[in-house]
Formats: sequence, C-alpha cells, structure tokens
Amino acid sequence: MNPNLKRLRRSMMFLNCQKPSLIKDPYVYKPDSIMLDLEDAVAEKEKDAARYSLFHALREIDYRGVERVVRINGLDTDLWREDIRCSVAGGCDAIRIPKTETPEDVRRVEEAVEAAEEEFHVEKGRTLIMAALESARGVMNAFDICKASPRLFGIALSGGDYTKDLQTTISGTGVELMGARQHMIIAARAAGVQCFDTVYTNLNDMEGFRRDVETIHMMGFDGKSIINPRQIPIVHEIFTPKPKDIIFAEKVVREIDTKKAQGIGVFTVDGKMIDIAFYDGAKRTLALARASGVYKGDL
Amino acid sequence: MEIKKAAVAGTLESSDCMVTVEPGEGEITLDLDSAVIRQYGKQIRKVIGETLKRLDVTSAKVTVVDKGALDCTIKARVECAVYRSADVRDGLPWGGVIV
Amino acid sequence: MKNAVGREIPEEILKATGKEPFQGNNYKNGVPFRRQGPLIRPVMDNEHSKLVKDIHEALVKCHAHSGMTVSFHHHFREGDLIVCMVMKEIQKMGLKNITLAATSLGKAHDDLVPMIEDGTITRIEASGVRGKIGRAISEGKLKGLAIMRSHGGRVRSLVTGETKVDIAFIGAPTSDDYGNLRGIGGKTNCGVLSYSHVDGDCAEYVVAITDCLVPFPNFPAHISMTKVDYVCVVDAIGIPEKIATGAAKPTTDQRKLMMAEYCTQVVVNTPYFKDGFSYQTGVGGASIASTISLTRIMKERGIKMGFGVGGLTKPMCDLLDMGMVRVLLDTQAFDLDTVSNVINPAHHRITAGAYANPFNKGAFVNRLDYVILASLEVDVHFNCNVVVGSDGVITGAQGGHPDTAQGAKCTIVICPLLQGRIPAICSEVTTVTTPGESVDIVVTDYGVAVNPNRHDLLEALQKADCVPLKTIEELRDIAYSIVGEPEPVQFGDRIVGIIEARDGTIMDVVRQVKDPDPE
Repeated sequence: MNPNLKRLRRSMMFLNCQKPSLIKDPYVYKPDSIMLDLEDAVAEKEKDAARYSLFHALREIDYRGVERVVRINGLDTDLWREDIRCSVAGGCDAIRIPKTETPEDVRRVEEAVEAAEEEFHVEKGRTLIMAALESARGVMNAFDICKASPRLFGIALSGGDYTKDLQTTISGTGVELMGARQHMIIAARAAGVQCFDTVYTNLNDMEGFRRDVETIHMMGFDGKSIINPRQIPIVHEIFTPKPKDIIFAEKVVREIDTKKAQGIGVFTVDGKMIDIAFYDGAKRTLALARASGVYKGDL
Repeated sequence: MEIKKAAVAGTLESSDCMVTVEPGEGEITLDLDSAVIRQYGKQIRKVIGETLKRLDVTSAKVTVVDKGALDCTIKARVECAVYRSADVRDGLPWGGVIV
Repeated sequence: MKNAVGREIPEEILKATGKEPFQGNNYKNGVPFRRQGPLIRPVMDNEHSKLVKDIHEALVKCHAHSGMTVSFHHHFREGDLIVCMVMKEIQKMGLKNITLAATSLGKAHDDLVPMIEDGTITRIEASGVRGKIGRAISEGKLKGLAIMRSHGGRVRSLVTGETKVDIAFIGAPTSDDYGNLRGIGGKTNCGVLSYSHVDGDCAEYVVAITDCLVPFPNFPAHISMTKVDYVCVVDAIGIPEKIATGAAKPTTDQRKLMMAEYCTQVVVNTPYFKDGFSYQTGVGGASIASTISLTRIMKERGIKMGFGVGGLTKPMCDLLDMGMVRVLLDTQAFDLDTVSNVINPAHHRITAGAYANPFNKGAFVNRLDYVILASLEVDVHFNCNVVVGSDGVITGAQGGHPDTAQGAKCTIVICPLLQGRIPAICSEVTTVTTPGESVDIVVTDYGVAVNPNRHDLLEALQKADCVPLKTIEELRDIAYSIVGEPEPVQFGDRIVGIIEARDGTIMDVVRQVKDPDPE
C-alpha cells in the first residue's frame, strides 16, 4: 500500500500552472498539498503551455515535501489523457479528477495513470488519485467512487459547480452545502478514505472563512481546498490539535495501556469517564499532532 | 524539428518570459532582452541553446523577452513555442527530448 | 586600499576627496572638531522686506554663481516641485558646475537629467537617487562625483563644513513674510521640516519658498525667521497627493505577512522587549504589518513603548493614540494620517541632526532598542546595500539605514530571499551601504539568520524556538540553488559615486555600468 494514502492534508492549495510566479516557490507558505491546475484556471488556448510548465516544475523545483497533486482537465475533453502523461512523467504525487460522476470515471483515470507509469518507468502505484465531486450525481455516487480504486486517497467537494447543479448559489452560510458535506464525509469514512471541503472564495471575509473551516473541521473533514496562501495559517490553526488536547490524548493512551494490563475497563482521566472506545481517537489526535509538527512524543 | 511558421509562448509577467520562434535561414539567431541580463544573460542563452538542440531545431529566428524567469520556465516556453510552430499537441516526448 | 568592509577604495579617490577609507563604526567616536557657521548678514532696519518677487530675484540677491552649491529637502517626496523649479531658473541664467546638495532625489526630479548632460549640474550630494537621475549617474553622465550619504551623515557634512551650501532653498507649506516656516498647514502639507534645519543653520543664504503666505508670526515656527534671508511666494511647491505615497494599506500578501510575523517573533523573544523599549520601522508592507502584529503582543503582555522615532506611518500613530507609546519623534511623515497626527501633544518634530547626526553629543538613534529595515541585498558578511541595484545601477537611497542600524541595539533587516530572479541574500553585495557590524538579524521568507557576533540574540531565539533559524550562508545557498549563482556585474573603470559612511569615511565606490557583452 502506498504510505502516502493517509498523509496529512489539512490545506490543499490550488495554483495555476500557467503562472510561473505562482508555481515557483509555494512551499514557503507550508501548505500540506499543492494542486497544480491544468483545468479551470488555465485559459483554453494556454492548455498546452501549462503542461510544459507543469512538467519542468515537477522535475526541477524542490517542493520540499509538499504533496504535488495535478488537477487534470475533465474526462469530457480531449486534454485529460495528455495531462496524465505529462503529470506522471513529471513525477507528480497524485491526480485530481474534476467533475467525477461515477466509479467508472475513476477507473478510466486509473487505467491511464497505470499506462503512463509503465510508459515513463514510474514505480507502479506511486501516483495516487483523488476525485472531485461537482454535481448532485457525483455526490449521490460518493461511496462507490470512494471504493473505485486502491489509488484513491480521498474525495473533495467542489462547491461552485455543485450548487449550480442544485440550482442554487453559494450563500456564505453553508446551508446549500450541508447535505453534500454530510453525505460525503459519511461515505468517505465508510470507505476508509479522506474527505476534503470546497474552496472559500471571498478573500475579504477572513472571519467567514474561519467559521467555514471550524464547521467542516467539526464535521470530520480531513482538510480544505484553498485558493490563497493567506488561508493556510487559519486552516492549520484549526486542524492542529491544541496543547491541552494533546496532553489529554497522551494521558488516555497511557492510562488505557496500563489499565488494560490490570484488567480495568472503565476509569477516569481528568474527571472524564474513559474506556477502550477512546483509544483510536486519542491515537489519531497524537498522529495528527505529530504530522502537524507540534508533538514530539513517542506515543 | 523544422520551424515552419511563427509561434509565440509565454507572457511578460514577472518571473515569466515570452518566446517567439520564426523560420530561420539555416542557423539559429537569438535576440534576448532580459531584466537580469547582467547577472544571468549567459545562463539564459545556454538554456535556450540547449533546449533548441534537444528539440533538434537548427534553423530559427528566436526572440526572447525575459522578466526574471527561472531556467525551468525558459525551457517550458521555448518548447511550447517550438511545438506550437509544428502544430504538435499530443503524444509529446515527456522525459525524452522534453527533459 | 581595502577598507574595514573589505572594499577596495582606489588611491585616486582618497586623494581627490581627501577622505579616509571606512575603518569601523566607532572610528571617530570622541574625536573633537569645530562646528562651522555661515556668514550672517544682520537685518536691523525695521523697513527691510524679505519678500522677493520670483526665484530669479532670489537667485540674484543671493549672488548665485557658477560653481556654487545649492540645497533642498525632500519632505514633498514624489510630489516635489521646488528642485526642478529652481534648477530650471539656474539653467536659464546660464550658470554651470552647480553642486546639487539635496537631502534625497527621486522620480520627481527626472527633469534634471538634461541639466546633468549640459553641465549645469556637475556634482550631486544626496541620500540617494531614484529614477532617471540614478541611471544617468551610473551611465557616467555626471561630470563630477555623486556622494551618497545618510541623513545623519548629511548633517555631519554640513556642520563640519565639508559641504558648504551657498544657497539653501527650503520649501515651506506655510511661511510669513519674515520667514517663519512651518511644515504644517497650507496647500502642500508635509507635517515636518526636519531635514532642512541644518541648512537653516549652515547655509550662506537661506531662501524660503512657499505657496501659502500667512500673517506674521507663523508660530510656533519649525524654522525661525532668524535664519531666513528671503521669502519667495510661488503658485505651487508640491503635488499634495504625491507626498503621501507611503500610505500603504495593510498588506494582504501572505509572504510579507509571514516575514512580519517572523520579525515580530524576533522582537518579542529578544531581551530588549520590555516596558519602555524603543523602536523604529520603515514603510514597507512587511514593516507595517510587523508593527501591527507587534501591537497585539504588546497589549497581551501589557508592554508599552518608550519612544518611536524616524519616518512615521499610521500604525505608529495608532500606537500613540492608543496610549501604547509614550512619545513619537517625527522626522518625516509618510502618510496623511501621520501629518494630521502631529496635533497629538506627544507627537514631536525633531531635526535630522537630533535624529541621526553622528557628530553631535548623542543622537536619538543611539538610544534605539530595535530598528526594522529593508535592504536590496544582504551578503554573508551581513553588509547591506540599499543604494545600487543588483544590475549596478543607482536606484535607492541610504536614508537613515546606516544611522539607525549602528545606533540600535538590535537591527533587523527584512527582505524576501528572491526579488524575481535576483537573490537578495548573496556572497557579496554590489555596493556596501551599511556595514555588517551594524546588522544583527536578517528576516527572509525562507528563514531567519542571526549575525554570529550576536550569540546573545542567537541563544535567545534558539531557546524561544519561535522562528526557522538558518545561517546566512544557508540562506544564500538556498537562493542560489533556486535561481543559480549570478554572474558578477561588469563595471567600467570610472568611479561615478561614493557611498559615504556616517562619519565621512568611504564605505564603497560606485562605478560606471558597462553594457553586457553581446555574444
């Protein structure tokens, strides 16, 4: 299994491949992933140009451990196959499929990725896949999409097209996204993959952005798509476990480890009733804290 | 590759460069204008020359207006202009002569 | 001969200028000198009028002649009309070989280039030169030398008599008919007249130029009638909307915000950050953002600033209005908020001399805890270059950079690692303006480097674990690994300018640029 399937992806930042100034050093902002865009951000007549830039950026720029995802053009275009050849040859970490509607969409991309890995002598299985759901149909098929490929690490909501499909608009309150968000996170968890929220486009409303991130964090999402580096610190702040949560998780893990040996099933930590059901959650908190660079302990 | 018609790639934005290729007269001529010519002129000429050589372009009039692009961008723009001139858009030799 | 920052200063320049090479920051500390004073023509006749009808009459009455030195201030910044107005009249009168001793020159003075070409202006002394004049000097068009000196260094040069100003032209937002000048009010409000005080003290003739004549006495005067020979009223001395070009909105550029955050972390985790600390910062987006984020931490910890000094901006004035700083000491107003904030009784105007002159009995910069500066280039010896672009062309000004850097206990320079393809952290700066011994910490978007001479600061920051620490060599290596190592810029042999150290020694020379070899 590719060890990157479960890597930390709190912030996934879109970057237009056609803009050299954007792709030359986005790692200074320390996003977990960048999504190098060949699709909507790139003008129709510059689709070819974006690929050459992408290829050389992937090959020559040291992104310093930041995951490099490429958003290819839609499967309804004649661009996506060459997009995949270019991305895989360049050595990208993952392909983001736009407008995914069905598990077959994922499998078509999987086949093309496999062929490209073979053509360019890239280690088989190195290139992961994520699927963006941008329609009611896609959202309804979320669970099957999640299960469509062992390369698929997660699904992402793309709110703009999705709300159009619902015949509504983005309101800023999140009410129009409630159903999709809830459905997708449940599907993703049931399938054992990650789930990512849509972008927040109003850069002048950083408070609204913060509320949005707090909401999806509480809903269980693994991360958020972002469009400006200014959004990164807020996402990381909200997704990174707080010192008190880390200390509590450490205590829970230690207590359960010792109490289990003593044959005790239920006990209290800091006045809270704790049993074995808390174990995985506490472990996850510590793993997230470690991946976020705020926990150096050994649990 | 033969440069059959004029083609352009790139922009004049910061960190980018605009590359124009036109049919040549049996050799490569390069007209370079760069914001960083005093510090990186030689390196930019070298990258352009090597890229054209890999693409087997031996006759072309090349004009480059550079706004502080990195080598990887210069390569990308030269390749794009050359392949546009040849009308090739698919099945590109990634990792072959594009490297 | 190599000076203390390792720069070769040719003998011929030492001979021609009578200057010594730079020998270290405190070389002239305590060395006595006698202050020079101007010739005074007493006014005892109570019928005497100081009003002249135009610039021409002022020039005639001040015995303008070829070879003279004229001086100006730059409080009107990019909106200045005075320099070109006076120099055009001088050109019309056919005077030649003029030394132009301005506090700074910029884009507002592009029209002077033909006067350089026709020999009207043959020497320039200024903090620095932006715009087309900078290019003209670098291309060798100025017959004599350009001397770039800091704000403090300029005051030293006048009071020691090294620069002898024949006529000082002081643009004043308001004046009365007897030459009481104020920097505030009128049509061209610039708030302060700090840079001109020394001209009032040292020039042989002082001419006030105003576009707003007010009833006598224009009081309290920032520059007194006791120093002014003539008053000339003109239609306009400046373009108001171009004076406050430094009125930067708080930046939304994450890179600048990140550097600002690093800078704030450096300040609050070093030992001088305690109640009563002193602070100066510039007008760059990162500097302003840093002041804003510093304010937040000052509030959290209940720490107040003792004084803030220098060219001021709105965030500093906000601190004063919130009671977070005891006094502001103003040498230049960068935005209109600052201009209007001078009504606050704790917002004081100070002279450039009191601010930064190394040759008085102690300047404000000596009492700074922190100064936040920018730089075009910083090299691995921590030398900074703020005057000459990486392409060798003169493009900036020393300002108070070397003054505050030497004075402050903790000098922080903020600059992004790369400016386009140009590495800001490099092996050798193109030209040294501020010596590495003055510079303690460099903040970039790729990490923070501490001058190894300051283990105290390094230890404090290591202990706090608050910023990504790198060595300056590591930062340079990262820069070169991204953009490639730049070729050294090719210069011609002719020396066109001098970068003067605060104490009048030579920090570096600026050579004529040469076109790169076409291959």
